[in-house]
Formats: sequence, structure tokens, C-alpha cells
Amino acid sequence: MPQPPASSHYGSSVQQNGSYTQGYLFCLLCSLYYLFKIVFPLKNMSSPRFPPPPAASSSFGQVPQSPYQNIAPQATPSTHQLTNQISNILGTFALNSLYCEWLVSTKLANNNLNKHEPLWNKDHLSKKDILIQNSPQNLQWNICLNLCFNLGGSAGPYGGQLAGPQPGFPGSFPGGAAQMAGPPQKKLDPDSIPSTTQVIEDDQAKRGGQIYATNLRGQIPPLVTSNFTVQDQGNASPRFMRCTTYTFPCTSDLAKQCQVPLGTVIKPFATIPKNETPLYVVNHGETGPIRCNRCKAYMCPFMQFIDGGRRFQCAFCSCINEVPVFYFQHLDHMGRRMDLYERPELSLGSYEFIATLDYCKNNKPPNPPAYIFMIDVSYTNIKSGLVKLLCEELKTLLEKLPREEGVESSAVRVGFVTYNKILHFYNVKSALAQPQMMVVSDVAEMFVPLQDGFLVNYQESRAVIHNLLDQIPDMFADTNESETVFAPIIQAGVEAFKAAECSGKLFIFHSSIPTAEAPGKLKNRDDRKLFNTEKEKTLFQPLKGVYEQLCKDCVAQGCCVDLFLFPSQYLDLATMGDVPTHTGGSVYKYSNFQAEVDGTHFLNDLRKDVEKPIGFDAIMRVRTSTGFRATDFFGAIHMNNTTDVEMAAVDCDNALTVEFKHDDTLNEETGAFIQCALLYTTVGGQRRLRVHNLSLNCSSQLSELYKSCETDTLINFFAKSAYRAMLNQPLKNIREILVNQTAHMLACYRKNCASPSAASQLILPDAMKVFPVYMNSLMKTPAMVGSPEISTDERVLQRLCVMAMGVEETQVLLYPCLIPLQNMDVSSSVLPGAVRCSEERLSDNGMFLLENGRLLFLWLGQACPSELIQSLFNVPSFAHLPEELNSLPELDNPQSKKVHAIISAISERRTNRMKLLIVKQKDRPEILFRQHLVEDKGLHGGASYMDFLCYVHREVRQLLT
Amino acid sequence: MATFQEFIQQNEDRDGVRFSWNVWPSSRLEATRMVVPVASLFTPLKERPDLPPIQYEPVLCSRATCRAVLNPLCQVDYRAKLWACNFCYQRNQFPPTYAGISEVNQPAELLPQFSTIEYVVQRGPQMPLNFLYVVDTCMEDEDLQALKESLQMSLSLLPPTALVGLITFGRMVQVHELGCEGISKSYVFRGTKDLNAKQLQEMLGLTKPAGQQAGRGPQTTQVPLSNRFLQPVHKIDMNLTDLLGELQRDPWPVPQGKRPLRSLGVALSIAVGLLECTFPNTGARIMTFIGGPATQGPGMVVGDELKTPIRSWHDIEKDNAKFVKKATKHYEALANRAAANGHIIDIYACALDQTGLLEMKCCTNHTGGYMVMADSFNTSLFKQTFQRVFTKDVQGAFKMAFAGTLEIKVQLEIGTGGTCQWKICGLDPSTTLALYFEVVNQHNAPIPQGGRGAVQYVTQYQHSSGQRRIRVTTIARNWADAQSQIQSIAASFDQEASAILMARLAVYRAESEEGPDVLRWLDRQLIRLCQKFGDYHKDDPNSFRFSETFSLYPQFMFHLRRSPFLQVFNNSPDESSYYRHQFMRQDLTQSLIMIQPILYAYSFNGPPEPVLLDSSSILPDRILLMDTFFQILIYHGETVSQWRKAGYQDMPEYENFRHLLQAPVDDAQEILHSRFPMPRYIDTEHGGSQARFLLSKVNPSQTHNNMYSWGQESGAPILTDDVSLQVFMDHLKKLAVSSAA
Repeated sequence: MPQPPASSHYGSSVQQNGSYTQGYLFCLLCSLYYLFKIVFPLKNMSSPRFPPPPAASSSFGQVPQSPYQNIAPQATPSTHQLTNQISNILGTFALNSLYCEWLVSTKLANNNLNKHEPLWNKDHLSKKDILIQNSPQNLQWNICLNLCFNLGGSAGPYGGQLAGPQPGFPGSFPGGAAQMAGPPQKKLDPDSIPSTTQVIEDDQAKRGGQIYATNLRGQIPPLVTSNFTVQDQGNASPRFMRCTTYTFPCTSDLAKQCQVPLGTVIKPFATIPKNETPLYVVNHGETGPIRCNRCKAYMCPFMQFIDGGRRFQCAFCSCINEVPVFYFQHLDHMGRRMDLYERPELSLGSYEFIATLDYCKNNKPPNPPAYIFMIDVSYTNIKSGLVKLLCEELKTLLEKLPREEGVESSAVRVGFVTYNKILHFYNVKSALAQPQMMVVSDVAEMFVPLQDGFLVNYQESRAVIHNLLDQIPDMFADTNESETVFAPIIQAGVEAFKAAECSGKLFIFHSSIPTAEAPGKLKNRDDRKLFNTEKEKTLFQPLKGVYEQLCKDCVAQGCCVDLFLFPSQYLDLATMGDVPTHTGGSVYKYSNFQAEVDGTHFLNDLRKDVEKPIGFDAIMRVRTSTGFRATDFFGAIHMNNTTDVEMAAVDCDNALTVEFKHDDTLNEETGAFIQCALLYTTVGGQRRLRVHNLSLNCSSQLSELYKSCETDTLINFFAKSAYRAMLNQPLKNIREILVNQTAHMLACYRKNCASPSAASQLILPDAMKVFPVYMNSLMKTPAMVGSPEISTDERVLQRLCVMAMGVEETQVLLYPCLIPLQNMDVSSSVLPGAVRCSEERLSDNGMFLLENGRLLFLWLGQACPSELIQSLFNVPSFAHLPEELNSLPELDNPQSKKVHAIISAISERRTNRMKLLIVKQKDRPEILFRQHLVEDKGLHGGASYMDFLCYVHREVRQLLT
Repeated sequence: MATFQEFIQQNEDRDGVRFSWNVWPSSRLEATRMVVPVASLFTPLKERPDLPPIQYEPVLCSRATCRAVLNPLCQVDYRAKLWACNFCYQRNQFPPTYAGISEVNQPAELLPQFSTIEYVVQRGPQMPLNFLYVVDTCMEDEDLQALKESLQMSLSLLPPTALVGLITFGRMVQVHELGCEGISKSYVFRGTKDLNAKQLQEMLGLTKPAGQQAGRGPQTTQVPLSNRFLQPVHKIDMNLTDLLGELQRDPWPVPQGKRPLRSLGVALSIAVGLLECTFPNTGARIMTFIGGPATQGPGMVVGDELKTPIRSWHDIEKDNAKFVKKATKHYEALANRAAANGHIIDIYACALDQTGLLEMKCCTNHTGGYMVMADSFNTSLFKQTFQRVFTKDVQGAFKMAFAGTLEIKVQLEIGTGGTCQWKICGLDPSTTLALYFEVVNQHNAPIPQGGRGAVQYVTQYQHSSGQRRIRVTTIARNWADAQSQIQSIAASFDQEASAILMARLAVYRAESEEGPDVLRWLDRQLIRLCQKFGDYHKDDPNSFRFSETFSLYPQFMFHLRRSPFLQVFNNSPDESSYYRHQFMRQDLTQSLIMIQPILYAYSFNGPPEPVLLDSSSILPDRILLMDTFFQILIYHGETVSQWRKAGYQDMPEYENFRHLLQAPVDDAQEILHSRFPMPRYIDTEHGGSQARFLLSKVNPSQTHNNMYSWGQESGAPILTDDVSLQVFMDHLKKLAVSSAA
């Protein structure tokens, strides 16, 4: 048996097979293995005691054609034996804890690691670049984790019980493990496992600030966290579409084998930064957009013009179509149309068509959409000060309704309804001297009592509206009505839009569970006894019946529902949120709302929500080239059939995830095309078609697939599919499926793509190297963990929100951004670099910002420098901070300004306005904050990152045998 | 003794009662042989400015089944302080307050001139008057404007304490909350869903929260005198005026080829329900203003497709009017509810087409409400009529009464309805009821000679001042044995009253029976009357003579047969309903005009004179003024109209012509001013299209068939196949004398 080389050999091994090029991490972990070998002799372990290489090692499924030399030693020590060895060394017995082993190996590893880290870092980075240039086809980025498992003394090699983690769930380890392990040991350096912040930083360093031109098929875009500029050169910007992988496997067998989901996350109305070109609008006049006669795909850069330009072949169904006379253009010597660059639909990935009347309801041009504000004026909302706050805010907010590009004022009409257990509609016609209130108490059969004067142009009726908004808080100031209705108000909105023949959005400001006698009456069904049982799913399921029908009605009319909730207790969000989530709306929840405390946060949300760009009455179709098709859709959508995605509205934050499945074999040469066409009504009342095109590579090599995977998109896919599955399956099953699939993907990679290595090594594809941390975080999200400390509504809310999230939002939600502030450079304009989300990174004398797209924490260490406290809070020291810290004062000093600047910079790029929570170390609310340190063990259950890796590794190994 | 003519007149003036027979046949059998039943026309609130209101309550007969009121016909034992009820012969003690009674010190109710007397009930709270306006908003802006103005005007006519409410409707029904500051509130209801009183109460928030009721004790249980929807005029007249001013035309778009959706049925139902749960048994008027037919919901009378016209008589006969039955049922139910609570429903229908009065007639008919039909709210017909609703008498009280009930105390007789108590709800001084009596005395138990039959009419009502009043009219008539005293019975015949009473019976029948059957019945009755009371030789038509008391009767019947009350040809169902409605409630004089219009002639030949309602009266040099009650028509003869066109009236030397033209106009104005509802005023001339109103009314003595055989210089021929009065009379005589009949 060759003696494992000393650490310096790593360098050479990398050079030899060119496999281990990515980062220190791999090297570090690989080194563990060797270190064992080094260590054992040191401990007087004579080599003869090593058994010969087990036959099992070949069963790992080495890729026969792999040109790489296995970096792992030929003789892999059996774990079983290793354990014994270690037991002996450490003089401990009954080492049935995985943790012990981990610690041992890590401890040992650390010793060596620190010495070499800098060297590797530098070395590998530079070498990687070279390698890419020289032999890209040979490139294989692996992350190997060498993990050792105690498989139990008496059990077979791998059949042993895993004592540490709870069965079926990568839970926490027994508390006594550390003691059992004998002498006090250092913890494993967390830096040794793949770091998300590092990946983000690297990508930003490499691709940030650059132009990303979408001219290549199957091109992998920069990470969502990176700051880049897109140049549309024939494929849709990654802001609109992101794929789980940019290389599809050629056959369904391959796809099944690897279990990497093939999907794309589409955010059709994604906000485009100012420095990128907005979408061109193509108008073909009365003929409308040019489409393939057979599959109805829209004209796009993938269409092939033949026959001198007289005909074109559809890229999606291969049908050959005549080019309409007015559209004819000669081809150049390359077979491209001469007007290629004059026509967006021939040269760009994303563009819009003006739709003709054929694309409109009843063949009539649509009316501009309308916004209806429906305010619950029951006791709770009056008392909390919401109604007053809201009415005041609306006066200014209505000035900023979304409007068509280049148009003076918004065409969106507005209407107002207040309600408790009966509804009050308001006539705010401009001709009136004062508004008129119309009460509808017949909630059983809702209708809209007026048409003319209900939906009005704000500019025209401003005086009457202001009059109304002034009066509403006073009118109900003495109310003692505490009962509310809910379904009837949505019904009323739908009816209003129906009567006005337009689409639109309802803004509902609701306080409590609707208990008044009316359709859609709800009762408390929040039973925490159901947590972690088979029946837990019922808590997430909306009640059928009234709300189901409402969803259909809303979508049919293009009525989007945005729900702002101000509950003081359970309100069956699962049911109440059903309509918003099926109509492309959002749900906001402000528990125990107090206008003074939560007002700003709410208003920020509201402003953003009202102002955001949006399209109405949308119907989307995802067309694909032959060989595969869209089979599943996740998101805040409604589907009447299997292909048409209907959304009452799509705004700039709505994203839906589409899964593809093979129909047939894909061709490596032609690749795969996806066209997403969205028909919608603009805020100005124009019917348009938005088309996004994307071309992908196809390969029969799984390694290609793994290479072009996108972790952030993958996790978005998994999050949505898991959150959807919550409705039908127990959480336990879902977690199992998630882990299994994770393990499967990794095992498949290991089996087919990675160079043969020791079973004890966990090998992660480079593109997926931080995938486990996200996956672990996903499984720890409140929705996925039934804990009595988290309210059902809160879990439901998260579930609903995630369903509509895009890649960017799921990324930050599952791996929050933790920014240290204590050492910030006040003079610099860049954000301080984030650190890993782990308690270890916090320090008593530090101050940290943590944000996950929904919440923003400012964590103050107990030993936080007094100067910093002084400059931020204007109190002398940490001890002087008040009990209740609700806001961060804006003070005139560089530190304060910088922190505010950082906060606003963070907020700017998020879809939601985040509420700032200031958390003091060791204070009770700190629990909230700690939940978001996703690398640590979950407070309500759920493994730490490290434990999870171990668990996955075990699964992988089981799969490989 | 004065003539019967005088007696009748005197009775009418004093008591507002006219009997068909003023001497009654003494047995049931004889009574039925009289052909015309023993019946009376009674005007309960006949204006009697001379009548002093008695400030105490009536003394009632103590027998529980009788409860008749002490009256001048009672026998009084002044010493024993007893009185004998003249209906049940019960002897009653006078109440203690009558201790001082004696022959010389009689209470008013015993004085013979107070056969009609009015008591003012002092007990109980003063009840407010309620006026609930139910306003259609589906009409042309011009119409709506006019209506709004009329309504605003009406506020100033209401007593300040009266409660008013406003319900508007179109596609939806809006109940307006009154007296809101800053914002006007209304409760809106779907126009297609009927609500019962309880649902309505809940939806309007009129139910008192249970907690409050228990907490505040008994004083809250009293009926509140106003609520959010019905408030005193003096408090909210400004508010309501503004509200009415801002009233907009129903904003829901009406697509091409459709009628506006008008939820009249539900609006009325809500109005009835609102009053039902807030002011039961309190005087209230629901004043409904409609500009077209109900087109949706319960009570709809026609669909909203313009291409399907509203039902005609033809459709109804062919059973082709699918909404009629259902709608009628709906309105009948409403009418009954309203009547049960003493509430009045008025309908002011102003539209060129029909509005569904046929279906809604019971609402007004059962509650004593007004039915007014006009072409537009922007006509003086409506405006004046509406204004006249609020006419006040000399004391400044409305000439209307609320929540009335009529009770009849009779001796030996009962009313045809099988009851002796009716609810009338709305009464005005001209409201006249026809009451039909049955003589129940058996033939073999004759009434002693000289015996008198008595009838007591007890009308309780709420005076517009809020007081409850009871008006008691007691009359008596002699009995006569029909065999021996047929002459005296015949002499007591009141042919005018009888004609109206028979006409009302005929109209009543016409509502439920086929038109020809009613006419046949009417003819048979007439022939039988002629046979019974005529003087003739069998089978000799020329020998037929009728006594003076009967002489006009056949003529009335002739005109009645031609009247729109029995002829539906050329009239829409709505018009028929309207005409019949008016006919059933107007007093004798007006009713006679309706049956047989009055025709005056103006010419240079002499002073204005009444002329025969005959085509021979239409002469070229005459101006005719016809009053049909519903129309006032001035017809200029051929020559006169030519003069007028030539403008002679403007020449000073032809001033007399101007006077001639003016005379009928002045007379017409006088009628126009006094009549309710205001008649349609028509000014036409020879050959004018509107002349058809005249031509259809006059007796067609000259038609295209006989004009050459008749005299040469007489009148205008009428192009009709209807028989003339002469032919009618000839046939009548022939049939009356025929032994075969």
C-alpha cells in the first residue's frame, strides 16, 4: 500500500488529474483522508493491520471510461475498522456517535489544514483558470467530503444504525455526545464545509459588474446574488427565466437516473435595471403576431427561414409555414433575414407584441384595470389605528398608481369599500359634492350596488375621494362591530369588475377570522395537536367550497386579490390566503398591529405593492421544442387545463416554476427551446403578448448536466414542490423525499461523473456544492417544522409566499445575509461582506445585520463598543438601551448614516419592505433572530449544516451500495 | 213629504249615503226580485265642515256581538238612564258621564241632525304620519328632473312632524338613510331577491341588539317615533331636498334593444316591509313613482327585451302573458300586508307605454291608495295631481285620512263580502264605497208595517293631525211589502245610485270574468228590470213606458256598455285597470260622468248649454266641451276651427269670437282645478287626431251606415259599427215586452 503523500502532495494530485480545482474546501476535506493515514502510523498503528482494499470499493460504480486517476488511495480503509482504530486511539468505547468520529477526524484535519490553506487557495484559483482554457471537456469540479461513520460494531458494514440523527430526520445529536467522546475536543472548523457566502463572493468577483450577453445556447448565467448587466442577444434574460440546469439530458432515462429536476423559474414581469434595455413592443397591426400554424408558437430568433425567406420552419414543432407577404424579407448568405436586427422578435430573447382583438375577451379591447380598496372597519382595525393611518396614506399613495410608460397619469381607476359584517360601497363620482355610501347587507348573494361612480379616475374625483377618506375613520370611530365577512367582499370585487368589464386588483385590509353569518364563514380549526401527525396537512389545506369557486371567478374576471392582514389571533390563513395565491396576489400579515409601531412597515409594503408594475388578466403558455414538454407548474396561479397558466395578475415579483419532462429523445445538436408566451392587459388597458425565449443545450453526458446546474434555481424548485406537497403529504414524507432526492442526485453524480474515490468521501458537483445548506435550510423553515412556538398562520403564510417566489427571493430566504457592522468602513460605499449564517460568526462585541428578504434584524452584541451604540442610538452604552427598541434613529454621524445606507441598499433590492427588528444579545426576541442562522441546529428542530451533510453522505453511501 | 229626489239629495249631503232603493223590500225573496240589489254608495269622509268634532268617545252597545254606537234612532229612557240598541234591542245603561242626561239635555249623538257624527279619540299617543317615497330612477333625465322637483315641492306641503322616507330603485333598490352628515348613506338591495320583513329588518339594522334592550329597561320597548329611514320633515327637509337633488338616473347601462332593469317589485316589497316593521297600524302612505314597467325580480311584468312588447289584452286572453299571474300574486301579497298594517300604497305611473298597473292594481285598490296614470312626470297632469294629493282643508289638515276601517252595523242584514268590517287604509273626502246588502228576512216572516231598517256606518281613521277619529253614520229606511207596495218601492228607486252600483258590480265581475259574459249579464239585468218595473203590453214594443224614476237608467247602461270599464278593446290592460280603479272609488257624480260624459256646447246662438252626448251634437259652428272625468276635451267645430286658423280671434272687431273661444277654456280650467286626479286636457278640432276621444264617446246616432237617411244638417257621422242608443233602446223594448223572455 502506498503511503499517502504528505499534504504537499495534494497539489500534485490536483495537477495530475485536474479534478480538484475548486477552492480550498475540497482539498481540505480530502486531506482528512490522508491525514488519517498519517495519523494512524503516528499513533503506532502498524500498516499490516490495515485490511486489503475491500471488494466493495469497486461497487461504487466507477465510471469506466473516466480518464481520471482516482485520487483516493487504492486501499480504502473500511470504516468499521477505522472506527475501531479510532476507538482504540482515543481510548473510548461505544463510539456509536457519528459526532465523535467527526470530531476526531476534524480535529486531526485542522491541525494540518491551517498550515496549507493560503497556499491552496491561491494555487487553485489560478490553476483552475488555466484548466478551463486547456481542456474544458475534462473539467470536473468536485467537492469531496470525507466523512466517517460509525456503523455499529455488530452490524454489517453499512447496515448499522445511525444513532445520532433521529430516524428519518437529520435531527440533533444527543447532547452527551461530546462528553462521551472523551477528552474535550475542538469543534470542526465550519470553514471546512462549502460556504455559501464564499460562493456568492466568488461569483460576484468573477462575473459581477460585467455584461452578460445571452447569445449562446445553454449559457449559465451568473448567480442571482451577483451584480451583472444583461444584454439580450437572443435568449431571455436570467431575470426572466432561470433554469435548474442549462444542459438537459438527452433521454428520459438519463433524467430519471440523475433525478435532477428539469425546470425553469419564470418571472415574466421581472424588474429590469435602469441600465438594461426595456422590452421592445412589436406591432404587426391587424394581422397580429406571426405564429406557427401548427403549434402556435410565436415568431422568435429560433425560427429558421428557408426557401429564400418565403417560408420558415418552426423551432418548436418543425412545421414549415409560409411567411406572410408583408413580413417577407430576403435572406443573407448565412441564411439569416436581412432585417434580423431591425426586428426584436428575430433577434431578442424577450419582447412584446401588441395583441389584436382576437386575443381579447369577447373580442372587445379591454378597459384599463381598476384597484379597489376594501377596508375592514370593524372594531379591531379602528382601535389599532389602521383605518386612520390607511386613509391618510391613500391620499398620497393614489397619486402613484402604476401607469403606462410615457403616459402623464395613470389609467387605473379606483374604488372604495369598507365593511364589517355588511359592506359599504362608495360613490365618488367627480360630479358629486360629497361621497355617497351604499350599504349592502345582503351578504348571502353579493352584488355591487352601483357602477357609475364606484370606479373612478383618481385625478378627476380627487376632491370627493379625499372627502371620503377624511370621513371614513370618523364614521366608524364608535363602532363596536367585531364580526367580519370575507368571501362576500371578494365576490363584490369580482362583481364590480364584471360590471365595469375590466380586470383589476383588490386591496383587502382585514382584521379577523370571518365569523359573521355569510358565505365563506370560517371557524377556528387551528389544532396544534395535529403538528407532526398525518393530519398536519389539513392545517395547510384551504377549505373547499365557497373559496374554491371564488378563485375560479376571480381568475375568470382577472381579479387579483392582495390581502393585508392585521390579526390578533388565528384567522385561518390557509383558507383566506387561498384566493390571493391563486390570483397572483400577495398576502401580508401584521400580527397585533399597532399603528405607531408597525405603521411604517405596513405603509412601506403598501406603497410598494400599489406602485409595482403589474399586468392583468394574464394567460401564459410555455411551449417547448419536441422531445420534452412542461408538465407541472408551481406558483400563485390557477390552471383550468394542463397547459394554460391563468393568473388574474402578474406583477414584477411573481414567479412560477415549471417542470419539464421528456417526451422523446432530445438532440444534442439542435438543443432544446423554451418559449414562454404571456398574454395580458397592461395597466393602461392594452392587450399585449410578452414572449420570453430560451435555448438550452442537450447532452447525453450527465457530467455536462451537473456542470450546468444552478443551485439557486434548484432550491427554488424544491422549495415550491415541497411546499405544494405539504397540502397532501405529511411533512415527514416530504422531508424524506427531499433528503432522498438530494442523496440521489449526489450519488448519481458520484457514480457517473466523479472520479472514483473513497466511499467515505462525499463528492459534491461544483455547481451544487452549497446545495445541501440550502436544502437543510428549506427543511428547517417554519412551514416545514411543526413547532408549537410557531403559529399555524405564520407557517401557512410562509408557504403561500414561497409559492410565488422567484429564485432571488428563495435564495435569500433560505440563506439569509448576515452582515457584520462593527468593522464597517464608513467611507466606503460598498456593502460590508456577508459572513456565514452561524452563531459562531457572532461575537459579543459585534453588531450584525441579518436579512432574509422578509425580515431585517439588527443584532447587538452585549459587548458592543459603546461608541458604536452611541453613534447609532444616541445612548451611552449597551446597558442604556431601552427595553423596547423599535426603530433606529437617524443621527447625524457617519456610522448612523452608513448603517441607514446599508439598510436602504438592502431593502432596495428586495421585493418586500422589511420590518427592522432590533435584537439585543441574550434578550428574549433573540430566538427569532437565531432561527435564521441556518447553518446552526434549528431551534425548533432541524439539523445543523454539518449534521445534515453527514446524514446526506450516509444516504449517498447507502445508495451507492 | 218632500219628493224622493229631495230626500235622496238631503241624505247624501248629510250622510254621504245613497241607496239604490230607499224603501226596502221586506224579504229576501222580494229583494232578489228587485233585480237591482239593495245597496248603498257611502262616502265615509264626506266633507262636513259644519260637523263639530265630539271630544269624547262613543257609547257602545254592551252586547259583545253588537257594539253598535248610540245614535239618534235609539230609544232612550231618560229616567232610568237606559238606552235600547236599535240593532240588537239590548238595553244599555248610560255611562256615569251621562248622568245629567234628560229630554232637554241630550248629548249630540242623540240629536236627529247628527245622524252623522265624528268622535275624536283622546286616548293613545299621537301617531305620526309617514310618507315613504318610492322613486323609480330609470327614466329620462327630463322626467326625473320634473319628478325630483315635484318631490322637493311636496316636502314643503307636509306637516313638519310627518315622517318621510325615501326609497329609490332601478336595477337595485336603495333605502336612503336620512339626516346623515357629510356623506349620504343608503342601503342597497338586489332587485331580484324578495326579502321578508325579518330579513329586511336585519339587513337594515333595525333590530335592537338584545343586550341593549335588556339593559335599558321598559322605556326602550316603546315604538321609536322615528328611525334612520323615516325622519320628521322639519329635521331633514334640507337634507332630503339635497338628496333628491342629487338623485341620478339609474347608472347601469342599458344595452341597445333592452329595457332598463327596474326592480319595482322588490322596491315595493321593501317599502312595505320597512313600514311593517317600524310603524305597524300607523297611518302611512307609500308613494310610488314609476316611469316604466318592472322588468326584473318578483313582480316583473315584462322581460327586458324590447322586442317582446308588454302584454296586451289579446295576450292575456290567449294566456300568452307569462308574468301576469306571478306578478299579480306578488303585488297582491304586498297589498294584503300593507292593508293589514293600515298602510296606503299610491302609484303614480308616468310612461308612454304600460307600466304594469294591471298587475299592481290591487296595491292601490286594497289599500285605498291613489293610482295616477300619465304620459310623463313632466306634464301638468302629474304635477298638479300630485300637488293636489296634499290639499288641505280649511283647518289646514290634509284631505286625507289614514289607516281607516269601516264597520257596518246592520239590522238583519249583512254585507256581500260575508263580513261587516273592512280595512280601507286610505280615505279621502271623495272616496266612495259601494255596499251591497242582503235582506235576510224570510218571506213568510214579514216585517211589521211601518218598521224601519237601520244601518250604522262606523268609520275609524287616523286624522292627518294624528288623532284617531270615529265617524258614525246611522240611517234608517222603511220596509215595504213588495207585493202590496211595489209602487212605493219603485218610486224610491234611485236610478243614478243604482246605475253606479250595478256598474261597480259589473266592473267587479269584469275583473274576473270574460268581457262578453259581463255584458250579457248586464243586459239581462236591464231587461229584467224593464220587465219588472216597465209599463207595457206583452209583445208590443211600442207600448213600453218607464216611469220617471227609471227613465235614465237604460241610457246609463248603454253608455256603461260602451265605457272603457267594460270594453277592453282599444285600451291597454293598464288603462283598463286605471279606469276601473278610479271608477271604483269616486263619488256618484264623478262616476256618472265617467259612465256618461258631459257635453257642453258653445256657440254664437246662445249661452253655453249641455247637449246630448250624441253625434248629432257635433256641429261645425259649435265648440264642444266634453268632460269624461279622465279627459277634458275642447272640440272646435269645422267652421270654428277655420275661423280660429284664420286668426279672427286676434282681430279687435271679432272680440266676441275670442270670448267664444275662451269660454270653454275657462270652464275647462275650473274643472281641471277641482278634480283629482287631474284630467288630461285636450284641445282639438274638427278632423284633429285627438277628436277621436270625442267621437268614441258620443252616441253614434249617425254612422257611415245611416248618415244619408238621417236628417241633413246634423252632426258628424261616426265611423263605427257600434249600435246607437236608438237601436239599443228599440232592442231593449222588444226584449222587455217579449213574452218569450
